[in-house]
Amino acid sequence: MGENTTTAIEYQNVYKRFKDADYYAVNNVDLTINEGEFITILGSSGSGKTTLLKMTNRLYDPDSGSITLFGENIQQADVVQVRRKIGYVIQQVGLLPHMTIARNIGIVPRLLKWDKERIDARARELLALVGLEPDTFIKRYPSQLSGGQQQRVGLARALAVDPKVMLLDEPFGAIDAINRLNLQDELKRLHGGLKKTFLFVTHDINEALKLGTRVIVMNNGQVCQFDTPANIVRNPADGFVESLIHSCREQEKLWEGLA
Amino acid sequence: MQETWAAIALYFENHTDAYFAMLRQHIGISLRVLFLAVLIGVSMGILCVVFKKQQKYVVGLFQILRIVPSLAVLVLSIRFLGIGMGPAVTALVFLAVPPILMNTVAGLEEVPFFMLETSHAMGMTPFQVWVQVRLPLALPLMLAGIKTAMVEIVASATIAALIGAGGLGQIIFQGLSVRRTDLLLIGGVSVAILALLMAFLIDLLERWSLKHKYA
Amino acid sequence: MEFFDFAQRNSSLLIRALNEHLQMVLIALALSVLLAGALTVVAMFFRRAGKILNYVFSIVYSIPSIALFALMIPVMGLGRTTAITVLVFYNQFILLRNFITGLSEVDPAIVEASTGMGMTRTQVIFTVRVPLSLKAIFVGIRLALVSTISIAVIAAFIGAGGIGLLVTIGLETGNNNRVLWGVVLSAGLTIITNAILVFIEKRVAFTK
Repeated sequence: MGENTTTAIEYQNVYKRFKDADYYAVNNVDLTINEGEFITILGSSGSGKTTLLKMTNRLYDPDSGSITLFGENIQQADVVQVRRKIGYVIQQVGLLPHMTIARNIGIVPRLLKWDKERIDARARELLALVGLEPDTFIKRYPSQLSGGQQQRVGLARALAVDPKVMLLDEPFGAIDAINRLNLQDELKRLHGGLKKTFLFVTHDINEALKLGTRVIVMNNGQVCQFDTPANIVRNPADGFVESLIHSCREQEKLWEGLA
Repeated sequence: MQETWAAIALYFENHTDAYFAMLRQHIGISLRVLFLAVLIGVSMGILCVVFKKQQKYVVGLFQILRIVPSLAVLVLSIRFLGIGMGPAVTALVFLAVPPILMNTVAGLEEVPFFMLETSHAMGMTPFQVWVQVRLPLALPLMLAGIKTAMVEIVASATIAALIGAGGLGQIIFQGLSVRRTDLLLIGGVSVAILALLMAFLIDLLERWSLKHKYA
Repeated sequence: MEFFDFAQRNSSLLIRALNEHLQMVLIALALSVLLAGALTVVAMFFRRAGKILNYVFSIVYSIPSIALFALMIPVMGLGRTTAITVLVFYNQFILLRNFITGLSEVDPAIVEASTGMGMTRTQVIFTVRVPLSLKAIFVGIRLALVSTISIAVIAAFIGAGGIGLLVTIGLETGNNNRVLWGVVLSAGLTIITNAILVFIEKRVAFTK
């Protein structure tokens, strides 16, 4: 880390328990994320990774503790304003089926009352950025696109007003293996060029280690380890992380045996 | 057969004005009822989705109202509201609201949760999520309900001639009481075409609202 | 209460109306199910035929009943036969839609497995598809029954008798009680029939 790092997101003693649950979905999470990092959050279902992500743009509110975004406590800020500054991408994409690709990308710009030419130019620029030919795609409807193409549009839409932070919840979870590898590479390239802070939730350890500049490993609502991929592989912090690495190695052996 | 054709031709020669007056009446009452029923059905549907706890009772009530024979509803309105245009409109609205209300509820509930959540996450206000996402996505089902209601309205408006609503039903009932084939055919065909035409128009709207699925 | 006195004095009238109504409805329903069953089998063999039938009957279904009754009189005359014919026509839309969707939505893996075991197409329909879609078939019959009870009330205008006759004669003679009993019986019959069938639908496990 350089010396002039700015703190992008800070979680302080964050707890979250859902109604009717007798356990904490997120249990005392304390993390500091710097601007420009690509953070992957790795965990199995029920680990609390998605809950942590959704508290960052206030889809959920913590029971206690605080979350700050560039120094501002988001609990005290206007929820709509907070969300407009954060890009959000999910596995199901969530493109609005009754709007063309251009209109989907333009949703937040329209909310911010940009003029038409600016929105159109931005949509074209973003489509090119995510690797889709603007003239071909701009007037289509989501149903005319493949899953991978839809997720590219989902990315473009989240980037529309140039948010400083991007939240991605298993964005490539429903995409076949080959396309997923392509998308991972492009996301990494995008991150390199944009100087944004990415928070990327996944249950795929390979994906987490490949994409993250640092990786958060979560289990039962708690953070087991928060470190660079190399350190996590070399020095697993506890038995859970160790078993994750181990299971991954086992798979590797299978490959070696077949080769 | 030839006699009947001659009688029909004669009817149109002598009663052109009366026929078109009844047609206008029929369309007029149907559109008025449709307007009111859409207004009531859609807003009640939205309320049902917002106030989930009460939804069961409201929908259950309208489900019962939906299967009560239309003649019973029309006749009851005479008993309580008297004869004439007002009671007829009220009775028809009662018959037309259920399909609209139930399809509005179904359409709004069918919108996947993640789509609402991403819309919120993009920074839409709750009102914007309703107007830009939830209602437009529920529109095709709402229109299907409106089509069912429209057919029901045209049909019941025909019978409402009995309670002073005027319209094409008068021709059919006159034909029944004096046993005149020409009147039965004129009335029956007119009402049938009117119902099909109205349903067809709403069908077009429904297709337009689904354009993103076929595009 | 004058309303109940009327029923006491005219109990045979009410019972006869109810009886006539039920007879008309049940005959219409039986014929409807037979016809729809046969058409469904045809539709299972020729998909196109199924689509055409569905389209044609959806148009018939959109024609107001009083108009269809009026149009049938010149062909078939007044009376119960005409009424039953019209009711059978209306039911085809409801029944075919439920039957065909039900039979088509049986898990394709089961159908494939049965075909793989050497069943003919006809055997697949009767020994696999029909037993597995009993619920859809039952729902279709319930909807048809309720709709038939309701439309049969209007059939009184073409001399088919039944509960509707209480209303039409009551309106003509200004007999309020007779009209009200017509309303109560017709509404009660649809609501109760529907409730009983919904209850059965929820209680019975349709697949063994």
